[in-house]
Amino acid sequence: MKLSKFLREIRDSLGIAVWFAALLFPVVVMKVSVVSGAASVVFRWQLVPVVAVAAFVLSFVWKRAQEWSAYRSTIDKSKTPMARFRKSVGATYQKRGVKVSSIILFVLAILAYPHLLGMYHTNIMITALIYVILALGLNIVVGLGGLLNLGYAAFFAVGAYTYGLLWKYAGPMFVNAGIQTGWLFWIALPLAGIIAVLFGILLSLPVLRLKGDYLAIITLAFGEIIRMVLQNSGDLTGGAAGIGLIPRPWFFGIKLRPSGAAMYIYYITVVLVVLTIIVVRRIEDSRVGRALEAMKEDEIACEAMGIDLVRNKLVTFALGAFWAGIAGVLLAAQTTFINPDSFTLWESIMILMAVVIGGTGSIPGAIAGALLLKLLPEYFRALAQYRMLIYGVAMIVIIIFKSEGLFPRNRKKYTFQSDVSGGQR
Amino acid sequence: MKVRNVFLVALFISIMMGSYAAGQKDANVIRIGVAGAHSGDLASYGIPSVNAAKLVVEEVNSKGGINGRLVELVIVDDQCKPELATNAASKLVSEQVVAVIGHICSGATKSALGIYKDSNLVCISPSATTPMLTQSGEYPNFFRSIAPDDAQALLAVNFISKKIKAKTLAILHDKGDYGKGFADLVKEYAEKSGMKVLLFEGVNPGAPDYSAVVNKIGNVSPDCVVWGGYHPEASKLVQQMRDKGIKVPFVSDDGIKDNTFIQVAGKYAEGVYATGPMDTSKLPMAVKAIEAHKAKYGEEPGAFFKEAYAATQALLNAITKAKSTEYEAISAALRSEYVDTSLGKISFDAKGDVIGFGFSVFQVQNGAYVEMK
Amino acid sequence: MDYFLKLFLSGTAKGSIYALIALGYTMVYGIVQLINFAHGEVYMIGGFTALIVGGFLSTLGIPIYLVLLLSVLISIVFSSAYGYTIEKVAYTPLRNKPRLSALISAIGLSMILQNFVLLSQTEKYLSFPSYLPELRFLEPVREYLNSTQFIILVTTSVIMLFLTLIIKFTKLGKAMRATSQDKDMAQLLGVNINNVISATFIIGSALAAVGGVLICSYMGQINYYIGFVAGNKAFVAAVLGGIGSIPGAVLGSFILGWTESMGTGYISSDYEDAYAFIILIIILVVKPSGILGKNQKQKV
Repeated sequence: MKLSKFLREIRDSLGIAVWFAALLFPVVVMKVSVVSGAASVVFRWQLVPVVAVAAFVLSFVWKRAQEWSAYRSTIDKSKTPMARFRKSVGATYQKRGVKVSSIILFVLAILAYPHLLGMYHTNIMITALIYVILALGLNIVVGLGGLLNLGYAAFFAVGAYTYGLLWKYAGPMFVNAGIQTGWLFWIALPLAGIIAVLFGILLSLPVLRLKGDYLAIITLAFGEIIRMVLQNSGDLTGGAAGIGLIPRPWFFGIKLRPSGAAMYIYYITVVLVVLTIIVVRRIEDSRVGRALEAMKEDEIACEAMGIDLVRNKLVTFALGAFWAGIAGVLLAAQTTFINPDSFTLWESIMILMAVVIGGTGSIPGAIAGALLLKLLPEYFRALAQYRMLIYGVAMIVIIIFKSEGLFPRNRKKYTFQSDVSGGQR
Repeated sequence: MKVRNVFLVALFISIMMGSYAAGQKDANVIRIGVAGAHSGDLASYGIPSVNAAKLVVEEVNSKGGINGRLVELVIVDDQCKPELATNAASKLVSEQVVAVIGHICSGATKSALGIYKDSNLVCISPSATTPMLTQSGEYPNFFRSIAPDDAQALLAVNFISKKIKAKTLAILHDKGDYGKGFADLVKEYAEKSGMKVLLFEGVNPGAPDYSAVVNKIGNVSPDCVVWGGYHPEASKLVQQMRDKGIKVPFVSDDGIKDNTFIQVAGKYAEGVYATGPMDTSKLPMAVKAIEAHKAKYGEEPGAFFKEAYAATQALLNAITKAKSTEYEAISAALRSEYVDTSLGKISFDAKGDVIGFGFSVFQVQNGAYVEMK
Repeated sequence: MDYFLKLFLSGTAKGSIYALIALGYTMVYGIVQLINFAHGEVYMIGGFTALIVGGFLSTLGIPIYLVLLLSVLISIVFSSAYGYTIEKVAYTPLRNKPRLSALISAIGLSMILQNFVLLSQTEKYLSFPSYLPELRFLEPVREYLNSTQFIILVTTSVIMLFLTLIIKFTKLGKAMRATSQDKDMAQLLGVNINNVISATFIIGSALAAVGGVLICSYMGQINYYIGFVAGNKAFVAAVLGGIGSIPGAVLGSFILGWTESMGTGYISSDYEDAYAFIILIIILVVKPSGILGKNQKQKV
């Protein structure tokens, strides 16, 4: 880099450092405390250089990163080291032996996970996998259908409470009749899916005429209304006190201890995740999926082609809701206690973040996003109170540098290349 | 898709590798778990318990531990959220603790207790006051060093009917587990004792303005207003009530019996009544504990410090007397032994509730809480 | 009737509180079609700055009204700076990228700001000393409307008037209208949209700061989390009135305030939020772009 350019950058960065030092001065340096109605301020001067230096360094790093990002988008994608790495790995991967053995290794790793790492990590992985199902479900609505849903946690709640209420009202009957309560889980699973679908259809009714952000706000309203109803109908749903002692599924008639039950739920969850991936993949490639994508791209053209928008929207919400319902039952079985606080607006936002950060509309993206978003905070526990701050920073950094998401959707592209003779291929 | 698969596999495996916890547990150490809200908005209710447990354990270890074995604390954070509480509980179980001090919030405790019950672990909470935890009989492994909410509610109602001599009540709550639980119990006891409940409603925690609900209170003109919940809403309510000329007494639960309430509500806090754990800070053991906290942490201890101190003392005493870390032995010892603690001489009854310690009514007078006899 | 009047005034007071924040939301959305989730946090930071600066100044022994004036002005300056910085750092790089990305950036920013204040200051609720004057002439009607509520009401009306004048009669206003209609065309016609967007954020954040000071004085307390709750309600209000329209934001806020107040007063406070959402659904079903919203014609 030329010296003059370098000096100019130093000058800019100094300016930025001063700017941030001044901007953050009140909040960072002046610590306020209020005693008996009178506010007093303590000056922590030692933080001024910290902020300034950090801003200075970071602005340099930021500029470099932006330049690299801009550079990255101009180069020929097939010549980068990453592309070459991919090609070489892909080439080795093509060999049957490698493919088969890596798949076997992967499957073994998943199966052995709980045995290797114990109950604590298994529980974390179950939560993460439940999130994967949620992300895949929301991916259908947001990624395929292009409908922004800010109230997805409502369907999640519906699923969990289906199981909870089933236990609350049908449970005693089971116990009295001597039937094992472990069966309730298996009854609840499809039931929750169906009821969630009904709620999904219910949600789609008022939003049929709405577009874009207005649609989003209605979904937000829906999510909050469901949570409020759950919170306020104490007699019916337990209200804020929630429903507890929800039974875990029994293993062929044997009630398992928590560690064993955790393993059992883990395997059930893995199976469901695989199922979800398969079904969602199939939907993507089907007529339904293509209709949804058409709706996302251009509603008017869609209608002109004869696709019924009303039905499409209904289908989108219903499909999305189904997976959330299933995930809800799994959550209830895992934590054995549910209350409305687990299904707030913030939850919906988190699931949306997982989908977008992973790559809207892409299945590996949704999986990666969900795993990242759920596993990182657990493993960041060591960072204690800085955890959420770093989390937020990570989100912004990822989205700015990879705006399409970590694993963007690989849409089939048809390009025309005209050759010298003037024809089109 | 194929290369992505490989990448995902690599990601997955590396996450697993990275999280592999090699755990050779030292068998000669007694591990005790401490669980509660150590971060998030309820951290001020959970951190003092950690400090209390640390102080007690330090003292016991300095005297050679229990029967020659040193005590070690495993501290986990649940932010008072049920789903994090189950994670915290599984972590403690996998760390092979012999008992748990915690959790702090009733909801989180509920979700963790299932795991502790199945793993045969004693759990003593310094602050979870939902009655059903002990009274339902569902959790024989649960104890608490604080009286349950029904004792609080009963005390409040008795106070209102006998001292304030109110005939009609307006009851508000924050729709949360703790606040609504308290409000429900107050309503039940009030109606039983012949008072009329004119208004029973929940407000949104965190809302800036309660003038609509305050207008409603004014409209029904009760003799007394009861609040179930925490101090941020209480201070807004009191302020807006007094502003609109509603001068009737304001009674609440131990969620507001904290100096922060007086700080935030300022002059509006005068005259407010709150039920809270009995003030035992004059007892020699309590004085010693508070001094130790000030010496080590440089400030006065926060909420539930004495309760957590006592819980830890009772637990370690039970292990010592039982000469064992087995669940049955500890349980029995907790119930049969009387321990001298920062809350006085306490023990636990068959259900797990504390004997020898209860609630009192306090009033804010001249900017500080004063115990009413 | 008396009860109804009290509820009506309560609703008006509530509405003006929401309006202060909703205006900022609607302005930003009108120009860049972005739901600025971080707006609530700017409001919270405005309140904190006022508290901090006010606390410092009051220890210097200056008269109270000067403390109030200075703390409001300084917090406006700082909030505007925050708004400007936020826009440059987190939103500008994503301007031509998918809309959802900007939304995620906003959410991440919201988390960062909340935790930043939490870590730098405290997690506790702090008492917010109100330096607002007690207006004598309101003494007799104190039970209906107190001084702070009145001040908030007046401030909201003045701001709305002020903003409408700016949008309608100044060059900046014209540039803003042009940018919101069609960004590319406006650029072609010589409008510097970077400046217009920055100006919008600055104005919006300044409003949020005023809101922060006034509302925190009213509540008597402040905490790092208040931005999130207030932001959501204000956002609903803005959409209700037609997002992108300034009179719409104010109208939506008042309708929200009245609905909540009447619902609480006559039905129950348990479902306070639900009334607002139900009205929102009804209105959007009848008029899909909000009450005063512009009907976006879609071209083929």
